[in-house]
Amino acid sequence: MYVAVKGGERAIENAHAWLAEERRGDTDVAELSVAQIREQLSLAVNRVMAEGSLFDPDLAALAIKQARGDLIEAIFLIRAYRTTLPRFGFSRPIETAEMACDRRISATFKDLPGGQVLGPTFDYTHRLLDFKLAADGEVPPAPMGQTSAEPVPHVTGFLNREGLIEEAPADDSDPGDLTREPLELPADRSLRLQSLARADEGFTLGMAYSTQRGYARTHAFVAELRIGTVAVEMDIPELGFEIEISEITVTECETVNQFKGSKTEPPQFTRGYGLIFGQSERKAISVALVDRALRWDELGEDDVGAPAQDAEFVLYHGDNVQATGFLEHIKLPHYVDFQSELELVRKLRREAGSDKGQEAAE
Amino acid sequence: MDSGTAERKDWMGLLARAPEGRIAGLMADAGLAGDTTWLRPPEVGSVMVRGRTGGTGAAFNLGEMTVTRCSLKLACGTVGHGYVQGRRKDDAGAAALVDALMQTDRADQVADAVLVPLQAEEVERKAARAAKAASTRVEFFTMVRGEDA
Repeated sequence: MYVAVKGGERAIENAHAWLAEERRGDTDVAELSVAQIREQLSLAVNRVMAEGSLFDPDLAALAIKQARGDLIEAIFLIRAYRTTLPRFGFSRPIETAEMACDRRISATFKDLPGGQVLGPTFDYTHRLLDFKLAADGEVPPAPMGQTSAEPVPHVTGFLNREGLIEEAPADDSDPGDLTREPLELPADRSLRLQSLARADEGFTLGMAYSTQRGYARTHAFVAELRIGTVAVEMDIPELGFEIEISEITVTECETVNQFKGSKTEPPQFTRGYGLIFGQSERKAISVALVDRALRWDELGEDDVGAPAQDAEFVLYHGDNVQATGFLEHIKLPHYVDFQSELELVRKLRREAGSDKGQEAAE
Repeated sequence: MDSGTAERKDWMGLLARAPEGRIAGLMADAGLAGDTTWLRPPEVGSVMVRGRTGGTGAAFNLGEMTVTRCSLKLACGTVGHGYVQGRRKDDAGAAALVDALMQTDRADQVADAVLVPLQAEEVERKAARAAKAASTRVEFFTMVRGEDA
């Protein structure tokens, strides 16, 4: 039981004043601007946008500054702000086939139309601390290459031509929206992908990793990972046609997975899918693996009781704002609850003590 | 869709993608202004961005983005709309003004002063990014081994 208590106002005010001072740190060190965070801590900004479920790099950077770099606190701030916004509507589904790719790799085909484009990646770095960064921030401009007009089609499209992979036919009907209706089970794939897109990166990574280690093994190959910008188009009622309202950066991961076939489906590859705001490939790959594991029922696979196959377990524990809210509330005053526990333990001890006394007397 | 609508879609998209403050800067450089009244003053809200399962399949809700929109009317009655990502009321207003002016007899002047440079800057920005990506494209060398060589 949680009981409102009075008192402590001055202590709370002073605690918040001290928080502000600690947030600023040593005033001999220059203060961080929101623009610096947006530009130089961009992957943290991307994570806050993805899990805050709101694309706005400036607001995400502000939230990170306010939260002293605590990303879950920053995500909480973004989720709270989001609820104050009127909803203008929804976009047309973004067309990731038309993406201007910064990065595009495939682990399944070496030579493919559009090529393997590494982009600004940590891959193949030696993970040695770079002390030059501590000295100065000067970097030479990145090399420029020869661009081509060659299209960059989805890799799963090639497999589709041979009929070796399940189809994903277009369907523009309105999907469920867990920001409008509470998430209820069974949740269809659209709802699961929305939920996973905003789920905690660490939780999603752990779930995905568990499938690789044998808990609902799905043998995923990364058919394609692409990062880049896509147009966001929206139908504007006052105009009577759709316009492009922005360009956003997203990360998309498509996995292909072994599938032995079932009573109704021939042996073929099946698909896992992850789409995330910003540059966030660890999260996108994780979502694709978990998405595929959660499809066991639809594909007629066995439920082996693995956590990653359990939609309730995954979807109800992946939201870090919900999780931290419930977890951290137990540090708030529970004086009345605890008083009753204390009384109970004292009573039990008295009874046990008097029993012992009786035994000794006998 | 008629060609007028296609053109308007093009310039509204270009205005929506313009960097912060750029439209107003180009307007000021050219001494362009308009006598306007708000039909809908700039307001900040959200748009739910949708994706497609598997890149091609059923729509799902990916997450929201912040959007600022507004509508205004010129003295002659022409209406302009502005939509931009983020919390950018000045940019939405500038976009709506250009949208309105582009529907008047000042369209050529506005296109030369605002749309042409915006388009050129955007092409340059995108080309630079594409060129950096192209420089990271892997060129494989096949190592031939064994007797089949």
